[in-house]
Amino acid sequence: MITKSENWLYTISPKQKFLDLNFKEIWRYKDLMFLFVKRNVVTLYKQTILGPLWYFIQPLFTSVIFTLVFNNIANISTGDGIPSFLFNLAGITFWNYFKECLVGTSDTFRKNQNIFGKVYFPRVIMPISVVVSNLIKFGIQLLVFVCFYIYFVFFTTKASHASPSLELLFLPLLVFLMGLIGLGLGMIISSMTTKYRDLSYLVTFGVQLLMYASAVMYPLDLIKTKVAEGSIPKISGVLIEYNPITTIIEAFRFITLGVGDFSFSKLIYVIVVSLVLFLVGLIIFNKTEKSFIDTV
Amino acid sequence: MSDIILKAENISKQYRLGLVSSSTLSHDLIRWWHKVSGKDDPFLKIGETNDRSTVGNSDYVWALQDINFEVKRGEVLGIIGKNGAGKSTLLKILSRVTSPTTGEIKTKGRIASLLEVGTGFHPEMTGRENIYLNGAILGMTKKEIQQREDEIISFSGCQRYIDTPVKRYSSGMRVRLAFAVAAHLEPDILVIDEVLAVGDAEFQKKAIGKMQDISRGEGRTVLFVSHNMAAVKSLCTRVIVLKNGKNAFEGTVGEGIEYYLNEEKSRSLVYINNSKSINKPFVKSVKVITSESNGIHQFNEDLKIEIEVFSAGLLEQPAVSYQILNRDNLPLIHELILNSEQEFAQSKGIYKLISTIKNIKLYQGDYKLNVFFADNFTKININRLTEICSFEIINTSKRPYYWDSDTAVYKEDDTIWKVLKLNDFR
Repeated sequence: MITKSENWLYTISPKQKFLDLNFKEIWRYKDLMFLFVKRNVVTLYKQTILGPLWYFIQPLFTSVIFTLVFNNIANISTGDGIPSFLFNLAGITFWNYFKECLVGTSDTFRKNQNIFGKVYFPRVIMPISVVVSNLIKFGIQLLVFVCFYIYFVFFTTKASHASPSLELLFLPLLVFLMGLIGLGLGMIISSMTTKYRDLSYLVTFGVQLLMYASAVMYPLDLIKTKVAEGSIPKISGVLIEYNPITTIIEAFRFITLGVGDFSFSKLIYVIVVSLVLFLVGLIIFNKTEKSFIDTV
Repeated sequence: MSDIILKAENISKQYRLGLVSSSTLSHDLIRWWHKVSGKDDPFLKIGETNDRSTVGNSDYVWALQDINFEVKRGEVLGIIGKNGAGKSTLLKILSRVTSPTTGEIKTKGRIASLLEVGTGFHPEMTGRENIYLNGAILGMTKKEIQQREDEIISFSGCQRYIDTPVKRYSSGMRVRLAFAVAAHLEPDILVIDEVLAVGDAEFQKKAIGKMQDISRGEGRTVLFVSHNMAAVKSLCTRVIVLKNGKNAFEGTVGEGIEYYLNEEKSRSLVYINNSKSINKPFVKSVKVITSESNGIHQFNEDLKIEIEVFSAGLLEQPAVSYQILNRDNLPLIHELILNSEQEFAQSKGIYKLISTIKNIKLYQGDYKLNVFFADNFTKININRLTEICSFEIINTSKRPYYWDSDTAVYKEDDTIWKVLKLNDFR
């Protein structure tokens, strides 16, 4: 009888294990995760006329503007046999995915304090659902890229450099790593902003700055030659090169357009960085979720 | 002995007062340093008891302190206490929204908490979509919701609008739908906040009835937090009373409610102004003399009100009046004394005015006083005291009322009933 009465289902206590992750519980709430995804996707463009068309408009127009400004006016070369528009579209599609994941998860606690203050469910469901919804959005935008890709590669001679090959199989891995980085960083930021709001100001303009340091609208090779010429300080060259987002975007352009900096050692580097970021984010997030409602 | 499903051991919760500022950061750093060097958290020692109305010295207060209780399977435990006694904090800890500073709660069942209905409703989604989302937030799986979908929709009474976005709903319909989802949860332990019973009178009755079904008929373990003593009386099997974050009483429902009501009354029966001013007139004290102790007055007994006023000198036409207010702050009785009736405040000094209401026939419930001290000649309002000296009217001596206190406010004494038998049917 005594042993039976000690058989508690769970305990609510202030003690925290270092990595207190209850995967069983998260699995139990998987329906909730999908319902949140559904909510995010379905309600995004409700009562708009263009509806899901907005998914296409945003990356297309940004690419057109980038092509005009950076390639036509500033004369940045994207390499022979690569249409600048396609080059930019590739970078922007991937960058948008990362940005949406980061921005979407970085205010998890503040945006949801109403729900979080009333009911318990594993809080990590929220940022995961944001990343999954963005994955769907990314899928749609990737479709745009694929359409233009097919058009340029098979129906014109402008994209002579691009040659689709088996390397395309790396795509899911790249998408996964990008999501992991966005999620990890987002969780770290959202945890820290619960008590000190400073970081939330950093996010909005920090993301903008980060885009310029992520080789979205220029090839990494260009930076390397500029550094070699001495027209760009070495430190910024290093920053751009070892920025994991640069690596992923370059890798994506490598497997689709055949230009870019891609090697296995860099892939391993990105895998390690994103896993570390994700784990650190998860630990901080878990620590915060227990008491954030008192400080937010 | 039936088995214990939930056990709280030494639950305490500390809050920091004031704003989050740079001193928060420095405290965090000190705390972190103590943790790294293996010492106890220094700020855990300095907290003060949580009494809202007194100004303390410490930046830290204990919202809850050493709460211990056990809940048996199938029991309905009421948690009562004044505002700020720690009820909501305890609920938040039980529902895992926040964690305790010390102590732990062990449970053998899954806890679902209803601190608010309609959490996570999205206005752009339809009623049906929201049933699924809200149900999942409350811990149901998709399958469970599917099984109960029809039941939920019919309980809510919103069949016609179920595929319309919730933003088009009236607020009442939204509450109905939300409560319907919540009422069909089936956890082992249900934590309910009384504020749940919202909406129109009809729906409130339905909601309370459903809560009764849940706790009584289905034999669920329920923790029920409320200010509504009638609801506690009808639902609970045992209560605990919280006072300033401490467990002040634990026992049967009747004793607990009595304890709580006495606790509530003891402080506010007398109004005293200790001002030493000798230049301006003011109301020095107001006292309600009730038939029982602790501000409880028996129906149909004499109620005495003593008002002491200080006068700095001659007042032309002093007037003192008071009103008795019901709990909705509606004045029911107005009494006035003028200098022309009985001379007072004609020279410097303290005057005591005693008013007696013979055989007062107020309905059961809580009452308060408004007291006014004015000069009718200059039309200057000297002193205006509102909502002081609360007391309670009870009726145990005579027959029960047989009507709700809201249907009439005062019973007059001089009506006479006569009963005649007119015919014998044989």
